[in-house]
Amino acid sequence: MSIIETKVLTKTYGRIQAVRGIDLNIEKGEIFGLLGPNGAGKTTTIGMLCTIIRPTSGSASIAGYDIVKNPASVRRKVGIVFQDPTLDTVLTGYENLKLHALLYGVPANLREKRIREMLELVDLADRCNDLTRTYSGGMRRRLELARGLLHRPAALFLDEPTLGLDPQTRTRIWDYIKKMAQKEQTTVVLTTHYMEEAERVCDRVGIIDHGRIIALDAPDNLKELMGGDLVVIRAQEPPAKKIKALPYVKEVKLDKDAIEITMKDAHLHLPELLSIIPDVECVEIRVPTLSDVFIRLTGRDIREDSAEDSGSWIDSVARYRQRGN
Amino acid sequence: MNGNRWQKELTGIYAVWWRELKVFQREKSRIVSSIVQPLMWLFLFGTGIGASVNISAVNYQDYIYPGVLTMSVLFGSVFFGLYIVWDRKLDVLKAVLVAPVSRISIFLGKVLGGCTDVMLQIIILFLFSFLFPSINPWGIPLAFLLLFITSIALVSMGLALGSLLESLEGFQVISSFLVFPLFFLSGALFPIDEKLPGWLVGLVKLNPLTYAVDGVRGALLNVNIFPFYIDLGVITFFAVIMFLLGSILFSRMK
Ligand SMILES: Nc1ncnc2c1ncn2[C@@H]1O[C@H](COP(=O)(O)OP(=O)(O)OP(=O)(O)O)[C@@H](O)[C@H]1O
Ligand SMILES: [Mg+2]
Repeated sequence: MSIIETKVLTKTYGRIQAVRGIDLNIEKGEIFGLLGPNGAGKTTTIGMLCTIIRPTSGSASIAGYDIVKNPASVRRKVGIVFQDPTLDTVLTGYENLKLHALLYGVPANLREKRIREMLELVDLADRCNDLTRTYSGGMRRRLELARGLLHRPAALFLDEPTLGLDPQTRTRIWDYIKKMAQKEQTTVVLTTHYMEEAERVCDRVGIIDHGRIIALDAPDNLKELMGGDLVVIRAQEPPAKKIKALPYVKEVKLDKDAIEITMKDAHLHLPELLSIIPDVECVEIRVPTLSDVFIRLTGRDIREDSAEDSGSWIDSVARYRQRGN
Repeated sequence: MNGNRWQKELTGIYAVWWRELKVFQREKSRIVSSIVQPLMWLFLFGTGIGASVNISAVNYQDYIYPGVLTMSVLFGSVFFGLYIVWDRKLDVLKAVLVAPVSRISIFLGKVLGGCTDVMLQIIILFLFSFLFPSINPWGIPLAFLLLFITSIALVSMGLALGSLLESLEGFQVISSFLVFPLFFLSGALFPIDEKLPGWLVGLVKLNPLTYAVDGVRGALLNVNIFPFYIDLGVITFFAVIMFLLGSILFSRMK
Protein backbone atom coordinates (compact mmCIF):
# COMPACT_ATOMS: atom_id res chain seq x y z
CA MET A 1 0.00 0.00 0.00
CA SER A 2 1.34 3.43 -0.94
CA ILE A 3 1.30 5.85 1.92
CA ILE A 4 2.57 8.77 -0.16
CA GLU A 5 1.53 9.26 -3.75
CA THR A 6 2.35 12.21 -5.96
CA LYS A 7 1.20 12.84 -9.50
CA VAL A 8 3.08 15.38 -11.63
CA LEU A 9 3.59 17.48 -8.54
CA THR A 10 4.83 20.87 -9.70
CA LYS A 11 5.88 24.15 -8.11
CA THR A 12 7.03 27.25 -9.91
CA TYR A 13 8.12 30.52 -8.36
CA GLY A 14 7.71 33.08 -11.10
CA ARG A 15 10.22 31.93 -13.67
CA ILE A 16 11.96 29.46 -11.39
CA GLN A 17 10.71 25.91 -11.83
CA ALA A 18 11.53 24.50 -8.43
CA VAL A 19 9.75 21.16 -8.90
CA ARG A 20 8.80 19.97 -12.38
CA GLY A 21 6.31 17.17 -12.23
CA ILE A 22 7.31 14.57 -9.69
CA ASP A 23 5.65 11.15 -9.59
CA LEU A 24 6.33 9.13 -6.49
CA ASN A 25 4.85 6.13 -4.75
CA ILE A 26 6.26 5.54 -1.33
CA GLU A 27 5.29 2.38 0.48
CA LYS A 28 4.32 2.04 4.10
CA GLY A 29 7.29 1.45 6.37
CA GLU A 30 9.84 2.44 3.76
CA ILE A 31 12.85 4.67 4.33
CA PHE A 32 12.98 6.75 1.21
CA GLY A 33 15.83 9.09 0.34
CA LEU A 34 15.50 12.13 -1.88
CA LEU A 35 18.99 12.96 -3.07
CA GLY A 36 20.06 15.91 -5.08
CA PRO A 37 22.34 18.93 -5.22
CA ASN A 38 21.55 22.38 -3.79
CA GLY A 39 18.47 23.88 -5.33
CA ALA A 40 17.27 20.58 -6.80
CA GLY A 41 13.83 21.03 -5.25
CA LYS A 42 14.03 18.71 -2.25
CA THR A 43 12.83 21.17 0.38
CA THR A 44 10.11 22.44 -1.94
CA THR A 45 8.85 18.89 -2.52
CA ILE A 46 8.76 18.16 1.20
CA GLY A 47 7.10 21.53 1.85
CA MET A 48 4.31 20.65 -0.55
CA LEU A 49 3.81 17.21 0.98
CA CYS A 50 3.54 18.80 4.44
CA THR A 51 1.02 21.37 3.11
CA ILE A 52 3.27 24.33 3.90
CA ILE A 53 3.72 25.15 0.21
CA ARG A 54 0.82 25.07 -2.19
CA PRO A 55 1.62 23.18 -5.40
CA THR A 56 1.28 25.07 -8.68
CA SER A 57 -0.18 21.97 -10.31
CA GLY A 58 -0.35 18.22 -9.94
CA SER A 59 -1.55 16.40 -6.87
CA ALA A 60 -0.39 14.37 -3.93
CA SER A 61 -1.90 12.43 -1.11
CA ILE A 62 -0.67 11.15 2.21
CA ALA A 63 -2.39 8.22 3.89
CA GLY A 64 -5.24 8.80 1.46
CA TYR A 65 -5.71 12.51 2.22
CA ASP A 66 -5.24 15.02 -0.55
CA ILE A 67 -2.68 17.67 0.36
CA VAL A 68 -4.67 20.52 -1.18
CA LYS A 69 -8.23 19.47 -0.39
CA ASN A 70 -7.63 18.16 3.07
CA PRO A 71 -4.54 19.84 4.54
CA ALA A 72 -5.72 19.56 8.16
CA SER A 73 -5.88 15.76 8.00
CA VAL A 74 -2.55 15.60 6.20
CA ARG A 75 -0.93 17.71 8.91
CA ARG A 76 -2.14 15.35 11.57
CA LYS A 77 -0.58 12.43 9.67
CA VAL A 78 2.87 13.86 9.07
CA GLY A 79 5.84 14.74 11.20
CA ILE A 80 8.56 17.02 9.96
CA VAL A 81 12.09 17.94 10.89
CA PHE A 82 12.96 21.09 9.00
CA GLN A 83 16.26 21.75 7.29
CA ASP A 84 16.89 24.67 9.67
CA PRO A 85 16.55 24.11 13.41
CA THR A 86 13.17 25.11 14.86
CA LEU A 87 13.40 24.19 18.53
CA ASP A 88 12.05 26.67 21.04
CA THR A 89 15.31 27.54 22.77
CA VAL A 90 13.68 29.30 25.72
CA LEU A 91 11.93 26.05 26.60
CA THR A 92 13.47 22.86 27.99
CA GLY A 93 13.63 19.64 26.02
CA TYR A 94 10.65 18.28 27.90
CA GLU A 95 8.65 21.47 27.38
CA ASN A 96 9.35 21.43 23.65
CA LEU A 97 7.87 17.95 23.45
CA LYS A 98 4.92 18.89 25.65
CA LEU A 99 4.12 21.90 23.47
CA HIS A 100 4.19 19.66 20.43
CA ALA A 101 2.02 17.00 22.08
CA LEU A 102 -0.59 19.64 22.90
CA LEU A 103 -0.50 21.15 19.43
CA TYR A 104 -0.96 17.73 17.83
CA GLY A 105 -3.72 16.72 20.22
CA VAL A 106 -1.94 13.72 21.72
CA PRO A 107 -4.55 12.48 24.22
CA ALA A 108 -3.84 13.65 27.77
CA ASN A 109 -3.63 10.13 29.19
CA LEU A 110 -0.91 9.13 26.70
CA ARG A 111 1.03 12.38 26.72
CA GLU A 112 3.51 11.82 29.53
CA LYS A 113 4.20 8.22 28.58
CA ARG A 114 4.78 9.13 24.99
CA ILE A 115 7.12 12.01 25.86
CA ARG A 116 9.19 9.74 28.16
CA GLU A 117 9.34 7.06 25.47
CA MET A 118 10.61 9.48 22.87
CA LEU A 119 13.14 11.08 25.24
CA GLU A 120 14.53 7.65 25.99
CA LEU A 121 14.62 6.66 22.37
CA VAL A 122 16.94 9.58 21.59
CA ASP A 123 18.85 9.27 24.90
CA LEU A 124 17.89 12.69 26.19
CA ALA A 125 15.92 11.68 29.27
CA ASP A 126 18.67 12.92 31.60
CA ARG A 127 18.89 16.34 29.93
CA CYS A 128 15.19 16.91 29.37
CA ASN A 129 14.86 19.60 32.03
CA ASP A 130 17.63 21.77 30.62
CA LEU A 131 16.86 24.64 28.27
CA THR A 132 17.49 23.51 24.70
CA ARG A 133 19.64 26.60 24.33
CA THR A 134 22.28 24.64 26.24
CA TYR A 135 22.14 21.58 23.93
CA SER A 136 24.79 20.67 21.39
CA GLY A 137 23.91 20.59 17.70
CA GLY A 138 23.57 16.81 17.75
CA MET A 139 21.34 16.84 20.82
CA ARG A 140 19.07 19.45 19.27
CA ARG A 141 18.72 17.38 16.15
CA ARG A 142 17.88 14.31 18.21
CA LEU A 143 15.23 16.21 20.12
CA GLU A 144 13.76 17.38 16.83
CA LEU A 145 13.61 13.78 15.64
CA ALA A 146 11.82 12.83 18.85
CA ARG A 147 9.43 15.73 18.40
CA GLY A 148 8.70 14.76 14.81
CA LEU A 149 7.72 11.25 15.89
CA LEU A 150 5.87 12.15 19.07
CA HIS A 151 2.37 12.11 17.62
CA ARG A 152 2.97 8.83 15.75
CA PRO A 153 2.84 10.25 12.24
CA ALA A 154 2.19 7.93 9.32
CA ALA A 155 5.02 9.65 7.48
CA LEU A 156 8.03 11.43 8.90
CA PHE A 157 9.85 13.96 6.72
CA LEU A 158 13.45 14.72 7.52
CA ASP A 159 15.03 17.54 5.56
CA GLU A 160 18.81 17.19 5.81
CA PRO A 161 18.75 15.62 9.27
CA THR A 162 22.54 15.52 9.52
CA LEU A 163 23.53 18.80 7.90
CA GLY A 164 26.27 20.64 9.74
CA LEU A 165 27.05 17.85 12.18
CA ASP A 166 30.41 16.15 12.57
CA PRO A 167 30.83 12.69 11.03
CA GLN A 168 30.56 10.86 14.34
CA THR A 169 27.32 12.61 15.28
CA ARG A 170 25.99 12.00 11.78
CA THR A 171 26.51 8.28 12.16
CA ARG A 172 24.65 8.36 15.48
CA ILE A 173 21.75 10.32 14.01
CA TRP A 174 21.40 7.79 11.21
CA ASP A 175 21.38 4.99 13.76
CA TYR A 176 18.57 6.74 15.60
CA ILE A 177 16.62 7.22 12.41
CA LYS A 178 16.87 3.55 11.56
CA LYS A 179 15.97 2.52 15.07
CA MET A 180 13.00 4.86 15.18
CA ALA A 181 11.66 3.86 11.80
CA GLN A 182 11.82 0.25 12.88
CA LYS A 183 10.35 0.67 16.33
CA GLU A 184 7.56 3.01 15.30
CA GLN A 185 6.83 1.43 11.93
CA THR A 186 6.94 4.86 10.37
CA THR A 187 7.49 5.70 6.77
CA VAL A 188 10.48 8.03 6.54
CA VAL A 189 11.22 10.41 3.70
CA LEU A 190 14.57 12.10 4.02
CA THR A 191 16.76 14.36 1.98
CA THR A 192 20.50 14.52 2.17
CA HIS A 193 23.66 15.50 0.39
CA TYR A 194 25.57 12.64 1.94
CA MET A 195 25.30 9.88 -0.65
CA GLU A 196 27.29 7.33 1.29
CA GLU A 197 25.01 7.75 4.26
CA ALA A 198 21.80 7.59 2.25
CA GLU A 199 23.04 4.36 0.74
CA ARG A 200 23.32 2.77 4.16
CA VAL A 201 19.90 3.76 5.50
CA CYS A 202 17.51 4.05 2.58
CA ASP A 203 15.46 1.21 1.15
CA ARG A 204 15.01 3.22 -2.00
CA VAL A 205 16.34 6.51 -3.23
CA GLY A 206 15.12 9.00 -5.78
CA ILE A 207 17.75 11.15 -7.40
CA ILE A 208 16.41 14.60 -8.06
CA ASP A 209 18.02 17.21 -10.24
CA HIS A 210 16.60 20.48 -11.51
CA GLY A 211 13.20 19.60 -10.07
CA ARG A 212 12.93 16.21 -11.76
CA ILE A 213 13.39 12.67 -10.50
CA ILE A 214 16.01 11.21 -12.82
CA ALA A 215 16.41 7.82 -11.19
CA LEU A 216 14.50 5.89 -8.57
CA ASP A 217 15.36 2.49 -7.16
CA ALA A 218 17.05 0.61 -4.34
CA PRO A 219 20.65 1.80 -3.89
CA ASP A 220 22.03 -1.57 -4.99
CA ASN A 221 19.97 -1.56 -8.16
CA LEU A 222 21.07 1.97 -8.96
CA LYS A 223 24.64 0.95 -8.59
CA GLU A 224 24.05 -1.80 -11.13
CA LEU A 225 23.81 1.02 -13.64
CA MET A 226 27.55 1.33 -13.29
CA GLY A 227 27.98 -2.20 -14.63
CA GLY A 228 29.73 -3.62 -11.61
CA ASP A 229 32.93 -3.21 -9.65
CA LEU A 230 36.10 -1.85 -11.13
CA VAL A 231 39.34 -3.73 -10.68
CA VAL A 232 42.58 -2.13 -11.80
CA ILE A 233 45.56 -4.39 -12.01
CA ARG A 234 49.09 -3.48 -12.83
CA ALA A 235 51.03 -6.31 -14.37
CA GLN A 236 53.72 -6.87 -17.01
CA GLU A 237 51.66 -8.71 -19.60
CA PRO A 238 48.07 -9.18 -18.59
CA PRO A 239 46.25 -11.76 -20.75
CA ALA A 240 43.43 -9.48 -21.84
CA LYS A 241 41.65 -12.02 -24.05
CA LYS A 242 41.60 -14.66 -21.37
CA ILE A 243 40.28 -12.21 -18.84
CA LYS A 244 37.55 -11.03 -21.14
CA ALA A 245 36.38 -14.59 -21.61
CA LEU A 246 35.61 -15.01 -17.92
CA PRO A 247 31.81 -15.15 -17.40
CA TYR A 248 31.67 -12.44 -14.73
CA VAL A 249 33.83 -9.91 -16.58
CA LYS A 250 31.93 -7.24 -18.43
CA GLU A 251 34.52 -4.99 -19.90
CA VAL A 252 38.27 -4.88 -20.19
CA LYS A 253 40.34 -1.89 -21.01
CA LEU A 254 44.06 -2.07 -21.54
CA ASP A 255 46.27 0.87 -20.74
CA LYS A 256 50.03 1.16 -20.97
CA ASP A 257 50.84 -0.40 -17.66
CA ALA A 258 47.48 -1.31 -16.25
CA ILE A 259 44.34 -3.20 -17.08
CA GLU A 260 40.90 -1.98 -16.01
CA ILE A 261 38.33 -4.68 -15.56
CA THR A 262 34.65 -4.00 -14.97
CA MET A 263 33.14 -7.04 -13.33
CA LYS A 264 30.47 -8.40 -11.04
CA ASP A 265 31.25 -9.24 -7.42
CA ALA A 266 34.94 -8.51 -7.50
CA HIS A 267 35.38 -9.61 -3.91
CA LEU A 268 34.31 -13.16 -4.86
CA HIS A 269 36.13 -13.59 -8.13
CA LEU A 270 39.37 -11.81 -7.49
CA PRO A 271 41.40 -14.86 -6.45
CA GLU A 272 40.57 -16.69 -9.67
CA LEU A 273 41.23 -13.60 -11.73
CA LEU A 274 44.61 -13.05 -10.18
CA SER A 275 45.57 -16.66 -10.68
CA ILE A 276 45.58 -16.23 -14.46
CA ILE A 277 47.63 -13.03 -14.49
CA PRO A 278 51.37 -13.46 -14.11
CA ASP A 279 53.53 -10.96 -12.24
CA VAL A 280 50.88 -8.82 -10.65
CA GLU A 281 52.39 -5.62 -9.26
CA CYS A 282 49.37 -4.13 -7.57
CA VAL A 283 45.62 -4.42 -7.46
CA GLU A 284 42.95 -1.90 -6.69
CA ILE A 285 39.23 -2.59 -6.29
CA ARG A 286 36.65 0.12 -6.55
CA VAL A 287 33.06 -0.57 -5.65
CA PRO A 288 30.67 1.97 -7.19
CA THR A 289 28.81 4.31 -4.87
CA LEU A 290 25.66 6.36 -5.26
CA SER A 291 27.87 9.37 -5.89
CA ASP A 292 29.20 7.60 -8.96
CA VAL A 293 25.66 6.92 -10.10
CA PHE A 294 24.86 10.55 -9.56
CA ILE A 295 27.83 11.74 -11.58
CA ARG A 296 27.01 9.31 -14.37
CA LEU A 297 23.40 10.50 -14.52
CA THR A 298 23.92 14.22 -14.17
CA GLY A 299 27.47 14.71 -15.33
CA ARG A 300 28.19 16.54 -12.07
CA ASP A 301 29.22 15.80 -8.56
CA ILE A 302 26.53 16.28 -5.93
CA ARG A 303 28.84 18.46 -3.90
CA GLU A 304 31.52 20.67 -5.24
CA ASP A 305 33.49 20.28 -2.03
CA SER A 306 33.45 16.52 -2.04
CA ALA A 307 36.91 15.78 -0.74
CA GLU A 308 35.33 12.91 1.13
CA ASP A 309 34.24 11.23 -2.06
CA SER A 310 37.60 11.23 -3.77
CA GLY A 311 38.60 7.67 -4.27
CA SER A 312 35.25 6.72 -5.72
CA TRP A 313 34.78 4.54 -8.75
CA ILE A 314 34.69 7.35 -11.23
CA ASP A 315 37.67 9.11 -9.71
CA SER A 316 39.63 5.92 -10.09
CA VAL A 317 38.71 5.56 -13.70
CA ALA A 318 39.68 9.14 -14.36
CA ARG A 319 42.94 8.73 -12.53
CA TYR A 320 43.95 5.59 -14.35
CA ARG A 321 42.95 6.96 -17.70
CA GLN A 322 45.10 9.99 -17.07
CA ARG A 323 48.03 7.88 -16.13
CA GLY A 324 47.56 5.78 -19.24
CA ASN A 325 47.74 8.72 -21.59
CA MET B 1 -16.02 14.12 15.32
CA ASN B 2 -17.01 17.78 15.37
CA GLY B 3 -16.70 18.00 19.13
CA ASN B 4 -13.30 16.41 18.84
CA ARG B 5 -12.17 19.08 16.43
CA TRP B 6 -13.22 21.85 18.76
CA GLN B 7 -11.39 20.17 21.58
CA LYS B 8 -8.24 19.95 19.46
CA GLU B 9 -8.46 23.65 18.62
CA LEU B 10 -8.95 24.50 22.28
CA THR B 11 -5.94 22.39 23.23
CA GLY B 12 -3.99 24.22 20.53
CA ILE B 13 -4.98 27.60 21.96
CA TYR B 14 -4.00 26.37 25.40
CA ALA B 15 -0.65 25.11 24.06
CA VAL B 16 0.32 28.48 22.62
CA TRP B 17 -0.84 30.29 25.76
CA TRP B 18 1.10 27.86 27.98
CA ARG B 19 4.26 28.45 25.95
CA GLU B 20 3.97 32.22 26.34
CA LEU B 21 3.55 31.84 30.08
CA LYS B 22 6.68 29.67 30.34
CA VAL B 23 8.62 32.26 28.41
CA PHE B 24 7.25 35.00 30.65
CA GLN B 25 8.31 33.14 33.80
CA ARG B 26 11.85 32.85 32.51
CA GLU B 27 12.24 36.52 31.64
CA LYS B 28 12.64 37.73 35.19
CA SER B 29 14.48 40.88 34.20
CA ARG B 30 11.69 41.87 31.84
CA ILE B 31 9.11 41.43 34.59
CA VAL B 32 11.16 43.50 37.02
CA SER B 33 11.68 46.33 34.56
CA SER B 34 8.05 46.30 33.53
CA ILE B 35 7.16 46.92 37.19
CA VAL B 36 9.95 49.33 38.04
CA GLN B 37 9.44 51.53 35.02
CA PRO B 38 5.84 52.53 35.80
CA LEU B 39 6.77 53.04 39.44
CA MET B 40 9.46 55.47 38.34
CA TRP B 41 6.90 57.36 36.28
CA LEU B 42 4.66 57.57 39.30
CA PHE B 43 7.21 58.49 41.94
CA LEU B 44 9.91 60.36 40.09
CA PHE B 45 8.01 61.97 37.25
CA GLY B 46 4.79 62.29 39.25
CA THR B 47 6.46 63.87 42.26
CA GLY B 48 8.53 66.24 40.15
CA ILE B 49 5.72 67.54 37.99
CA GLY B 50 3.20 67.27 40.79
CA ALA B 51 5.21 69.81 42.78
CA SER B 52 4.27 72.55 40.33
CA VAL B 53 1.07 71.30 38.72
CA ASN B 54 -2.32 71.55 40.30
CA ILE B 55 -5.22 69.40 39.20
CA SER B 56 -8.67 70.02 40.60
CA ALA B 57 -9.66 67.37 43.10
CA VAL B 58 -6.73 64.93 43.44
CA ASN B 59 -2.98 65.22 43.68
CA TYR B 60 -0.96 64.73 40.51
CA GLN B 61 0.50 61.31 41.34
CA ASP B 62 -2.94 59.89 41.97
CA TYR B 63 -4.16 61.58 38.82
CA ILE B 64 -1.61 59.91 36.54
CA TYR B 65 -1.85 56.48 38.21
CA PRO B 66 -4.59 55.30 35.76
CA GLY B 67 -2.58 56.79 32.89
CA VAL B 68 0.54 54.91 33.93
CA LEU B 69 -1.43 51.66 34.18
CA THR B 70 -2.67 52.23 30.64
CA MET B 71 0.86 53.03 29.52
CA SER B 72 2.07 49.71 30.95
CA VAL B 73 -0.64 47.91 29.02
CA LEU B 74 0.26 49.84 25.86
CA PHE B 75 3.98 49.13 25.93
CA GLY B 76 3.71 45.57 27.23
CA SER B 77 1.05 44.58 24.70
CA VAL B 78 2.41 46.18 21.55
CA PHE B 79 5.94 44.94 22.13
CA PHE B 80 4.71 41.48 23.00
CA GLY B 81 2.94 41.36 19.65
CA LEU B 82 5.86 42.76 17.72
CA TYR B 83 8.04 40.08 19.25
CA ILE B 84 6.76 37.54 16.70
CA VAL B 85 9.09 39.17 14.18
CA TRP B 86 11.89 37.79 16.31
CA ASP B 87 10.18 34.41 16.72
CA ARG B 88 9.89 34.16 12.97
CA LYS B 89 13.51 35.08 12.47
CA LEU B 90 14.54 32.28 14.82
CA ASP B 91 12.10 29.88 13.13
CA VAL B 92 10.43 29.24 16.47
CA LEU B 93 7.03 29.77 14.91
CA LYS B 94 7.65 27.45 11.97
CA ALA B 95 7.12 24.26 13.94
CA VAL B 96 3.98 25.69 15.53
CA LEU B 97 2.51 26.84 12.23
CA VAL B 98 2.67 23.36 10.61
CA ALA B 99 0.76 21.79 13.47
CA PRO B 100 -2.83 20.69 12.74
CA VAL B 101 -4.22 23.75 14.53
CA SER B 102 -5.87 26.59 12.64
CA ARG B 103 -4.03 29.90 12.35
CA ILE B 104 -6.83 31.68 14.12
CA SER B 105 -6.40 29.44 17.17
CA ILE B 106 -2.67 30.09 17.22
CA PHE B 107 -3.41 33.79 16.97
CA LEU B 108 -5.92 33.57 19.79
CA GLY B 109 -3.42 31.66 21.95
CA LYS B 110 -0.84 34.38 21.33
CA VAL B 111 -3.30 37.16 22.17
CA LEU B 112 -4.32 35.43 25.40
CA GLY B 113 -0.68 34.76 26.25
CA GLY B 114 0.20 38.42 25.76
CA CYS B 115 -2.81 39.62 27.74
CA THR B 116 -1.91 37.29 30.59
CA ASP B 117 1.66 38.61 30.73
CA VAL B 118 0.45 42.18 30.73
CA MET B 119 -2.37 41.70 33.23
CA LEU B 120 -0.07 39.93 35.67
CA GLN B 121 2.07 43.06 35.61
CA ILE B 122 -1.02 45.19 36.12
CA ILE B 123 -2.03 43.12 39.14
CA ILE B 124 1.35 43.82 40.69
CA LEU B 125 0.90 47.53 39.99
CA PHE B 126 -2.54 47.39 41.62
CA LEU B 127 -0.81 46.12 44.76
CA PHE B 128 0.86 49.52 45.00
CA SER B 129 -2.43 51.39 44.74
CA PHE B 130 -2.63 51.85 48.53
CA LEU B 131 0.21 54.37 48.20
CA PHE B 132 -2.15 56.68 46.32
CA PRO B 133 -4.75 57.90 48.81
CA SER B 134 -7.44 58.99 46.35
CA ILE B 135 -7.66 55.58 44.65
CA ASN B 136 -10.90 53.77 45.33
CA PRO B 137 -10.05 50.05 45.71
CA TRP B 138 -13.62 49.03 44.82
CA GLY B 139 -13.07 50.41 41.35
CA ILE B 140 -10.21 48.01 40.66
CA PRO B 141 -12.29 45.18 39.09
CA LEU B 142 -13.84 47.58 36.59
CA ALA B 143 -10.47 49.14 35.81
CA PHE B 144 -9.07 45.65 35.36
CA LEU B 145 -11.79 44.79 32.86
CA LEU B 146 -11.13 47.92 30.81
CA LEU B 147 -7.41 47.35 30.82
CA PHE B 148 -7.89 43.72 29.82
CA ILE B 149 -9.97 44.69 26.78
CA THR B 150 -7.38 47.35 25.94
CA SER B 151 -4.69 44.71 26.16
CA ILE B 152 -6.57 42.45 23.71
CA ALA B 153 -6.74 45.35 21.29
CA LEU B 154 -3.07 46.26 21.62
CA VAL B 155 -1.62 42.74 21.55
CA SER B 156 -3.67 42.15 18.40
CA MET B 157 -2.31 45.38 16.96
CA GLY B 158 1.26 44.33 17.80
CA LEU B 159 0.74 40.91 16.21
CA ALA B 160 -0.83 42.53 13.13
CA LEU B 161 2.20 44.79 12.72
CA GLY B 162 4.55 41.91 13.53
CA SER B 163 2.96 39.83 10.76
CA LEU B 164 3.71 42.59 8.29
CA LEU B 165 7.25 43.43 9.36
CA GLU B 166 10.11 41.65 7.64
CA SER B 167 12.83 42.66 10.06
CA LEU B 168 13.43 44.12 13.48
CA GLU B 169 14.26 47.50 11.95
CA GLY B 170 10.59 48.40 11.93
CA PHE B 171 10.59 48.31 15.75
CA GLN B 172 12.07 51.78 16.12
CA VAL B 173 9.72 53.28 13.60
CA ILE B 174 6.66 51.77 15.25
CA SER B 175 7.80 52.80 18.65
CA SER B 176 8.48 56.45 17.68
CA PHE B 177 5.59 57.01 15.31
CA LEU B 178 2.88 54.90 16.88
CA VAL B 179 3.45 53.80 20.45
CA PHE B 180 4.75 57.08 21.91
CA PRO B 181 2.19 59.29 20.15
CA LEU B 182 -0.58 56.98 21.36
CA PHE B 183 0.75 57.43 24.87
CA PHE B 184 1.27 61.20 24.80
CA LEU B 185 -2.07 61.82 23.12
CA SER B 186 -4.08 59.72 25.56
CA GLY B 187 -4.48 62.19 28.39
CA ALA B 188 -2.46 59.81 30.56
CA LEU B 189 -0.35 62.65 31.95
CA PHE B 190 -2.56 65.71 31.58
CA PRO B 191 -6.25 66.55 31.80
CA ILE B 192 -8.15 67.23 28.60
CA ASP B 193 -9.70 70.60 29.32
CA GLU B 194 -10.30 74.04 27.81
CA LYS B 195 -6.65 75.01 28.41
CA LEU B 196 -5.48 72.65 25.63
CA PRO B 197 -5.26 73.97 22.03
CA GLY B 198 -8.06 72.71 19.80
CA TRP B 199 -5.87 70.63 17.45
CA LEU B 200 -4.49 68.68 20.40
CA VAL B 201 -7.96 68.00 21.77
CA GLY B 202 -8.97 66.72 18.32
CA LEU B 203 -6.07 64.29 18.20
CA VAL B 204 -6.62 63.16 21.76
CA LYS B 205 -10.27 62.42 21.05
CA LEU B 206 -9.32 60.35 18.00
CA ASN B 207 -7.03 58.18 20.08
CA PRO B 208 -8.83 55.08 21.37
CA LEU B 209 -6.49 54.93 24.36
CA THR B 210 -7.94 58.20 25.61
CA TYR B 211 -11.11 56.29 26.39
CA ALA B 212 -9.19 53.59 28.22
CA VAL B 213 -7.44 56.18 30.39
CA ASP B 214 -10.68 58.02 30.96
CA GLY B 215 -12.58 54.87 31.88
CA VAL B 216 -9.90 53.66 34.27
CA ARG B 217 -9.65 57.10 35.82
CA GLY B 218 -13.41 57.14 36.25
CA ALA B 219 -13.36 53.74 37.93
CA LEU B 220 -10.47 54.48 40.27
CA LEU B 221 -10.78 58.22 40.97
CA ASN B 222 -14.26 59.07 39.87
CA VAL B 223 -12.72 61.75 37.64
CA ASN B 224 -13.82 61.42 34.02
CA ILE B 225 -14.90 63.29 30.93
CA PHE B 226 -16.92 60.71 29.01
CA PRO B 227 -19.69 58.52 30.41
CA PHE B 228 -18.50 55.01 31.24
CA TYR B 229 -20.52 53.32 28.50
CA ILE B 230 -18.77 55.46 25.89
CA ASP B 231 -15.36 54.48 27.22
CA LEU B 232 -16.28 50.80 27.32
CA GLY B 233 -17.92 50.98 23.90
CA VAL B 234 -14.98 52.65 22.16
CA ILE B 235 -12.44 50.29 23.72
CA THR B 236 -14.47 47.20 22.88
CA PHE B 237 -14.96 48.38 19.32
CA PHE B 238 -11.23 49.06 19.02
CA ALA B 239 -10.48 45.57 20.37
CA VAL B 240 -12.86 43.87 17.92
CA ILE B 241 -11.38 45.73 14.94
CA MET B 242 -7.79 45.02 15.99
CA PHE B 243 -8.55 41.38 16.71
CA LEU B 244 -10.11 40.89 13.28
CA LEU B 245 -7.34 42.77 11.52
CA GLY B 246 -4.69 40.87 13.45
CA SER B 247 -6.20 37.47 12.78
CA ILE B 248 -6.43 38.20 9.06
CA LEU B 249 -2.86 39.44 8.79
CA PHE B 250 -1.56 36.63 10.98
CA SER B 251 -3.36 34.03 8.88
CA ARG B 252 -1.81 35.42 5.73
CA MET B 253 1.66 35.63 7.19
CA LYS B 254 4.25 33.47 5.42
N1 LIG C 1 10.08 31.01 -1.77
C1 LIG C 1 10.81 30.89 -2.90
N2 LIG C 1 10.79 31.86 -3.83
C2 LIG C 1 11.49 31.75 -4.97
N3 LIG C 1 12.25 30.69 -5.31
C3 LIG C 1 12.32 29.68 -4.42
C4 LIG C 1 11.61 29.72 -3.18
N4 LIG C 1 11.86 28.58 -2.51
C5 LIG C 1 12.69 27.87 -3.29
N5 LIG C 1 12.97 28.52 -4.44
C6 LIG C 1 13.83 28.03 -5.53
O1 LIG C 1 13.42 26.73 -5.87
C7 LIG C 1 14.53 25.91 -6.15
C8 LIG C 1 14.49 24.67 -5.28
O2 LIG C 1 14.73 25.03 -3.93
P1 LIG C 1 14.73 23.97 -2.75
O3 LIG C 1 14.89 24.73 -1.50
O4 LIG C 1 13.58 23.08 -2.89
O5 LIG C 1 16.07 23.16 -3.04
P2 LIG C 1 16.77 22.03 -2.19
O6 LIG C 1 16.87 20.86 -3.07
O7 LIG C 1 16.08 21.86 -0.89
O8 LIG C 1 18.21 22.66 -1.96
P3 LIG C 1 19.19 22.57 -0.70
O9 LIG C 1 19.93 21.30 -0.86
O10 LIG C 1 20.08 23.74 -0.90
O11 LIG C 1 18.38 22.66 0.53
C9 LIG C 1 15.76 26.79 -5.95
O12 LIG C 1 16.17 27.26 -7.21
C10 LIG C 1 15.26 27.91 -5.10
O13 LIG C 1 15.97 29.09 -5.38
MG1 LIG D 1 16.64 22.10 1.06
